[in-house]
Order: sequence, then C-alpha cells, then structure tokens
Amino acid sequence: MDFLRTSLKELHDLFIDDGNLVFLLLSLIAMVSVAVKWLGLQPILGGVLLLAGYLILLAESVMRYRRKKR
Amino acid sequence: MQNVTSIISTVTAAFLGSFVEVVEAFTIVLAVGITNTWRSAFMGTAAGLLVLVALVLIFGPLLQLIPIGILQFVVGVLLGLFGMRWLRKAILRASGYISLHDEGKIFSEEVNTLNAQKKSKRAAYLAAIASFKAVLLEGIEVVFIVIAVGAREGLMLYAGMGALLACLIVLLVGLALHRPLTQIPENLLKLAVGVMLTAFSVFWIGEAMGVEWPGNDLVLLPLIALIGTFTFLLIRLLSADHKHLKA
Repeated sequence: MDFLRTSLKELHDLFIDDGNLVFLLLSLIAMVSVAVKWLGLQPILGGVLLLAGYLILLAESVMRYRRKKR
Repeated sequence: MQNVTSIISTVTAAFLGSFVEVVEAFTIVLAVGITNTWRSAFMGTAAGLLVLVALVLIFGPLLQLIPIGILQFVVGVLLGLFGMRWLRKAILRASGYISLHDEGKIFSEEVNTLNAQKKSKRAAYLAAIASFKAVLLEGIEVVFIVIAVGAREGLMLYAGMGALLACLIVLLVGLALHRPLTQIPENLLKLAVGVMLTAFSVFWIGEAMGVEWPGNDLVLLPLIALIGTFTFLLIRLLSADHKHLKA
C-alpha cells in the first residue's frame, strides 16, 4: 500500500511541480487548439502563439518563485 | 525515412534525459550493494527491469492503436508538463534559488537508512525493495522520455538506442569507479534536456494541430536555440538578482 502511494506520488511529481504553471500551460494549449481547430486561426500562428506562451509562462513561474523568496 | 536533424535531436534528447535518470537510479543501487549485499541490489534491479519490460510490452502495442495525430498531441502535452518542470527547476537551481541536486548527499542518506535497517530480519528484503523502487521509478521516466521523443514513425528505435547507450555508459563508468557519479553536471544536463523536451512539445502539438513547420523537422533547431537563449537570459537575470539579495 505504501509502495503504491509512493509510486502514485512519483508519477504525480513527474509532471506537476508548480500547480499554477501546469494549469496555465494546459489552458494555453486548450485555447490555442480551439482557436486553430474551430476559430480558423492559421495553424502556423497557433504554433507561434504556443511557443510565445510557453516562454511567458516559464518566465512567470520562475519570477513568481523569486517574489515568494524575497 | 527520417532526416538527420530529427534522428540526432531524438537520440540526443533520449540519451541525455535517460543519462540523468540512470545516474539517479545507480546511486541507490550502489548504496544497496555497498551497505547490504550485491545480491539484494541485483535482485531489486532485475525485478525493477522486469516490471519495466512488462509495462513496455503491455503498453507499447496499445500505443500503436492510437492515431498518430492524437498520440502526438497527448505526448506533446505531457512533454510540455515534463519538460517545463525540468526547465523551471534547472533555472532555479542554476541561479541559486534552490540547492543543486547532490548525488553524494543522496548516497549518504540512503546508506544511513540502510544501515539503520541492518538489524532488522527483513534487511535484505528492504534493501532489495529500495533498489527495485529506484530502478522502477527512474526507469518509468526513461520509458516516458523514449516514447515521448520517439513519437513518430521510425524514431522510437533511435530514441531507444539513445537510452540504451546512456544505461551502458552509466553502468560501465559506475562499475569502474565504484562510487556515486557526483562529477556529472546533472543540472546542466537537466537544463539541456528541459530545453529539448520543451521544443519537442511545441513541435508535436503544432504538428497535431496541422502546423506545416518551415523546414519540417529542421525547425527543431531554431526552436531549441530560441528556448535555450530565453532560458539563459532568465538564469542571468535571476542569478544577478539572487547575488544582489545575498549581498
């Protein structure tokens, strides 16, 4: 039972460290996908938005950590 | 037929990502072997590897049933979560905000735990379990990296070769040195892998959305360069700030 709990925790930790970052990242991917599939956004623009979003979210996450530590 | 760029980036990402994970598993197996018996260490390792092989044999064929577009999207999303997590942690470590991963310290802690369990009648069993857990949990990450970076027809073999090469090198160097591999620049490797996995994530999700990337797979190189440069700038900014904070 303890091993199962540890394994599930490890699996959770594999993808989730900063819950906020995960939520924002999933929201970004969902919004860009919807915009490309159903709102007629050009796929290449969707790709550029995705990349820009990733970089902004990464910066936001580390800056938020910095603010917390100050 | 895959082009050289996708093969090289796949092998490199799989090799570096697996290398970091195998080093972490090796530290625990070595601690078990030195503190308890090598029999416990090898039994635990073998059991862990058997479970991993079983998982691959069960889930590998199932993956082939999923349409490639859906598979690339799902793998792209998981890669985004996994790669950004590594990248974030590596940036915070490189800039001094969180302490570096220390294999020597982890080894000492594991040795202390195993020594404390030595009087127990189940000491050999507990040692084998420690070895089993390390191999299985780090191994799952290796399997995920291989599946994720090889999520395209014909690339899985190259990803697997990268991971296998990493396993062999760690095993050979580890057996020769007989101590934890503390000299490996683990954070730098994690940073590089984080950058590559994040680039793969953007690439896979883009492909699943129907993006026709300029230069096809070659676009991975500017993606990696862009994410790498941005990461470097973030580290510079945070490092300067951290030094200022400490002064």
